[in-house]
Amino acid sequence: MRRLAAWLHRRPRTRLGLLLAGPIAWLVVIYLGSLAILFLNAFLSRDAFSGATVYQPTLDNFARLLEDPYPGITIRTLGMAAVVTLTCAVLALPIAFFMARVASPRLRNTMVVAVIVPLWASYLIKVYSWRLILAEEGILNEVLGAVGLRGPGFGDVAVWLVFTYLWLPYMILPVYAGLDRIPDSLLEASADLGGRSWMTFRRVVLPLVLPAVVAGSIFTFSLTLGDYIAPAQVSTTIFIGNAIYAQFGAGNLPLAAALSLVPLGIVVLYLLVARRLGAFEAL
Amino acid sequence: MTLSIDPREAHPPARGGSATSNGAGTPGIAVRLDGVEKRYGDVVAVAGVDLEVRDGEFFSMLGPSGSGKTTTLRMIAGFELPTRGRVVLHGRDVTDVAPFDRDVNTVFQDYALFPHMTVGDNVGYGLMVRKVPVAERAGRVAEALRMVRLDGYERRRPSQLSGGQRQRVALARALVNRPRVLLLDEPLGALDLKLREEMQIELKAIQQQVGITFIYVTHDQEEALTMSDRLAVFNAGRIVQLGTPAEVYERPGTRFVAGFVGTSNLVTGDVARSIMGRDGTFTIRPEKIRLAEPDASVGADETAAAGTIRDVVYLGPDTRYIVELDAGARLVVTQQNLATTSTEALAQQGRAVRLVWKRQHELPLVEGESDTQEEDKG
Repeated sequence: MRRLAAWLHRRPRTRLGLLLAGPIAWLVVIYLGSLAILFLNAFLSRDAFSGATVYQPTLDNFARLLEDPYPGITIRTLGMAAVVTLTCAVLALPIAFFMARVASPRLRNTMVVAVIVPLWASYLIKVYSWRLILAEEGILNEVLGAVGLRGPGFGDVAVWLVFTYLWLPYMILPVYAGLDRIPDSLLEASADLGGRSWMTFRRVVLPLVLPAVVAGSIFTFSLTLGDYIAPAQVSTTIFIGNAIYAQFGAGNLPLAAALSLVPLGIVVLYLLVARRLGAFEAL
Repeated sequence: MTLSIDPREAHPPARGGSATSNGAGTPGIAVRLDGVEKRYGDVVAVAGVDLEVRDGEFFSMLGPSGSGKTTTLRMIAGFELPTRGRVVLHGRDVTDVAPFDRDVNTVFQDYALFPHMTVGDNVGYGLMVRKVPVAERAGRVAEALRMVRLDGYERRRPSQLSGGQRQRVALARALVNRPRVLLLDEPLGALDLKLREEMQIELKAIQQQVGITFIYVTHDQEEALTMSDRLAVFNAGRIVQLGTPAEVYERPGTRFVAGFVGTSNLVTGDVARSIMGRDGTFTIRPEKIRLAEPDASVGADETAAAGTIRDVVYLGPDTRYIVELDAGARLVVTQQNLATTSTEALAQQGRAVRLVWKRQHELPLVEGESDTQEEDKG
């Protein structure tokens, strides 16, 4: 055993190889491999009569993406992801600010736990809970009905509510960390130079915490882009995820693959922009 | 404490217009603290400070860490609310006024430059906030940067500057607003010795040039002595002595001040009685003591004590001798190495000597004070 350790000590490359062989194999074979197959599949087509995959390279699937209803679906999904991200940011900023700069250390820890705990709960349970809340005979309508109001019911508003609820912790945590990193003296300096609270927030806090907000938005945006379960449960609207699922269910794997390259491409673009805004340093 | 320093120059008019020279204010007083206290739960940071800082003076607050000097400064700036007492700026009670409505600016210990802004935007921040027109802003920013010898640095980022340059940007950012009082919280603490000494001279020159009242917090006694018109020595949340540097150095009122401001020798009890023929506690500065031959003659106005050199510390320009008196105390003596080489100085160890000093340099200290803390700051 000691001799083996000594032998390895003299061979740093072998050590590194042994350390990384497993993870690299996983990444290359399973993760990148499946992505490559997905990518290749998008260039195939399906025989309309037999339903069998035709191994003949074609760009037909990409042409289909430009036909109805797919451009509409893509825009709708992008819009939903943007609105959910914006809502999460608007909600997360004050909460994270309170946690990072106002709350006592004890309360702060309690709040961090409170933000994280929902992430441990099953995703499906949370979505079904929202079904119960938003249903026609659900809790929300019952409560609002007492004062003569009605809940939004199932639909796009419900999707927006559920997504915002689901992804909010992913926004709060990086924003909290970002705010925590701003030294007190910067806020004091702004006040000292005559800046009132709003000025200090707009000119000092917001620019400094922006990379953290962008970091959080990577999660809220990409998670919204890819999700198909929540929309299916609380609405009948078709988002990209639902379209992919439908094609997959219909056995048109090549079209499903081409469709799934759309959110993938959008996320890659988004990450490039996020990197420019310094979001990766804020993670 | 009786020495008066007149305001050097007329001030630019105060911003806001709420600070008037009449009313409750005594003319010539920039900052007045009336019985100011700060407690955090059971912890007393400032135990009661009364203070008047004169218009246009360079005033230092000197003390060890935890002595309450920074907290006092932060209460003047408005970052901390006093638990008790009043803060008066130019006759206006600002005890409950927010920092952004006070006519003071602060240079922070960590400089607190906004990392996402250029040097020019940092310096112009106060002007931007106060809606000074853009054209005028650029001129004033350039002028302030020129004053700290950073002309042309507007477009740099704080991260591209050295520590000394950042310090100067912080100074320019505060001065550009033409405050009537500038607060400086250990601004040179993070700089190396050489730069610190340069900046001391520069700061003092800038203060004289602009005629703004400077309140300067430091734990470095040398810094306080060189730069200040007057200084207050803080200990355990109180001012233990206030006066000009010469007064504080030459006539330390308490054991603590004697120990904290410069190195000091304490002679007390039987030793004092046998050497000086007097009761009490006395302090004698090391540089006031002369090393003489054991049989040297002594003047009528001098005190002498026989002893042996126990230790020699060669410091370059000076040598420090630790002398054990036959009467039973240890005194530190510093002598300039005018004609002494290091070998000669170090060879003195073990020699019998006679220490001689002028009687006027034996300074009686107040006894029975609460602070028993003794620190030796060489």
